[in-house]
Amino acid sequence: MSAAHWRRAMNRGAGQAQPLRDRFVAAASASSSVLQDRSPPGGRGPGAFGGATTVGQPSFGFWQALMRALGMLRLRHLAALLLLLAFPWIGNDFLTYQIGAQALALGLITLSLTFLGGYGGMISLAQMSIAGVAGYTVAILGASGAEISLGWPWWAAVAFGLGFAVLSASFVGWLSVRTEGIYTIMITLAFGVAFYYLALQNYSLFNGFQGFQRVHAPEVFGVSFRKPLPFYFLCLACALAAYLLVKWTIRTPFGIALQGVRDNPRRMAALGFDVTAHRVAAYGLAGLLAGLGGVLLVWYNGLITPGSINTGWLINVLVMAVLGGMSHPLGAFLGALVFVLLQTFAIDLFDRERFNLVIGAVFLLIVLFSPDGLLGLWSGLRKRMTK
Amino acid sequence: MMPAGRITALVLVLAGLLLSAWGLAHNPRLFLITLLNGLTLAALYFIVASGFTLVFGLMRNVNLAHGSLYLLGGYIGYAVAEASGWWMLAIAAGFLGAALAGFLIQILILRHMQGEELRQTMVTIGLSIVIGDLLLWAFTAQVHQMEPPEWLDGPIRDIPLIRAYSAYRLSLLVFGVVIGLFLWWLLARTRVGAMIRAGVDDRAMLSAAGVNVNMVFALTFMLGAGLAGLGGVIGAVELSMVPGEDTRLLLASLIVVIVGGMGSVSGAALGAVILGLAETFGLAYAPTYSVVFTFLILVLVLAFRPRGILGRPA
Repeated sequence: MSAAHWRRAMNRGAGQAQPLRDRFVAAASASSSVLQDRSPPGGRGPGAFGGATTVGQPSFGFWQALMRALGMLRLRHLAALLLLLAFPWIGNDFLTYQIGAQALALGLITLSLTFLGGYGGMISLAQMSIAGVAGYTVAILGASGAEISLGWPWWAAVAFGLGFAVLSASFVGWLSVRTEGIYTIMITLAFGVAFYYLALQNYSLFNGFQGFQRVHAPEVFGVSFRKPLPFYFLCLACALAAYLLVKWTIRTPFGIALQGVRDNPRRMAALGFDVTAHRVAAYGLAGLLAGLGGVLLVWYNGLITPGSINTGWLINVLVMAVLGGMSHPLGAFLGALVFVLLQTFAIDLFDRERFNLVIGAVFLLIVLFSPDGLLGLWSGLRKRMTK
Repeated sequence: MMPAGRITALVLVLAGLLLSAWGLAHNPRLFLITLLNGLTLAALYFIVASGFTLVFGLMRNVNLAHGSLYLLGGYIGYAVAEASGWWMLAIAAGFLGAALAGFLIQILILRHMQGEELRQTMVTIGLSIVIGDLLLWAFTAQVHQMEPPEWLDGPIRDIPLIRAYSAYRLSLLVFGVVIGLFLWWLLARTRVGAMIRAGVDDRAMLSAAGVNVNMVFALTFMLGAGLAGLGGVIGAVELSMVPGEDTRLLLASLIVVIVGGMGSVSGAALGAVILGLAETFGLAYAPTYSVVFTFLILVLVLAFRPRGILGRPA
């Protein structure tokens, strides 16, 4: 979204989505004076923010927003949802688990990068490390085959895993946003690789080269999430929640300010926004998404080793994000799906050993010819069709 | 540097001196050998990272395929040394091979996306995947070790306190210093160097002054890639070549230029010394946490001097 797009979206939002706007005001009522300053330079109907009539009734705004969201549902959304729900019965267990669940878990991690890169303008290569922090925490605190695991109940381990993921992501963010643009990619890569070597060399905490084996999804209310079908739906639920969270966040005042920071940090700073705080918060939110994906991925693999967070995987996350396209959260899952399909069926098409060559070549082609990824290809195709 | 920064630097240097005094008193031989190991490793890091920082300083292009060029140079040097038996020829071949690869990358791909830094960086990521896999295909995952030339083989004996030290490792130090001096001469005393320095400061003005900027870019990229390849041949004796070394050297280059300051050759030298010493001292005195030292240095520098110790605002 360019600056002009953003401005247009703000104007459109002010005109049409009155209830949604009011909810923003309600959500940010504490800082409504700040909201006043948030008006972009482009003209906007007076009082769209200022007339904070529903500040006192956030629940009313919430239901209105929900109804509005339901009203926005189109046939294609329903069709996609039905397809996702019916997928296990269309395919077999192998497809459900190896393709479906894996693509959703990897897609979650990729989504964190798509959110950071697409809406925050920050390309972080450390997202797999953040996922690894969550995964390692679950393995260390929860139950595993290694002796140094503490054997806590799964919910505590997961809660701490997500917490540590958010904390470490914010820390990486706080350090890397002090520098700009191209530097971010180098610094996050350095962090990611440093964490890999730490996990590889440290035996007292990370169990060194062996890592943790037999880290399995728990059994809750008699449902074993190790089985393909329940695990697929667990991944699907998490992925949908994360997708909606991102879609919702980018329409909140925070999300819109974040896109402003991406497009022109100096102007946003001049308007009184704390640019660093917005960026660090974006890292924190992305850390939550990556952590969730990391926990699912550990359960999917049943193990975590330094090999799960090596440079190859750090870069694979970027490959998936770029493959799908960073302009829309959907691209993350699309990229992950294509990646998983290539990885799984590469053995039938060509020598399995050369998977990296193929994925590298595909990535190069996409970067060279379609900077917006597969989504960009699709929209370009549609434009040509309608012309 | 601000006065506060100067005081911090002074405190850090004093603490370092105190620690080294303790190390000397505790076990002088271990301390001195570790010091030499650190400095020789730093020399290798400097050779590789100086190419990285040159390219970055001029083109604002983070070449994440730098590690792959290092490995490429190493393998080419290995093949040439096997065929001809001449070590000097291997070094020249490693330099030229990597420089040629860098030239092709610049001419065929990067030139067409001038100014799109992020896209260029992503292209180099893709290239590093492809080059890495092609090298794996050609040379398999076996560990390749190069023999040092005969006149550098074996230890130098009868050094006071240390007793014996590998002649080859000491020669790394000489290599690092020679290359550092060469780069200084090239940048400070020649016409090409003046062009490169002018390009670092203001690309548009350089082009307006009638200099063929594309040619300067291609030359610099070749030089940077060649230095990586040269480092690869030198490192092939000491560190051995195996897939994965490319990542290690890429990480080292990244940290060296982040700590030292991006785009500055003297910063690369400083960063290389700091990283080399931190790694070897960490390995000698606290083996499981050696990475943590590196990481701590990175965090401290980023927290207090986000542009690196000798870095300037872009």
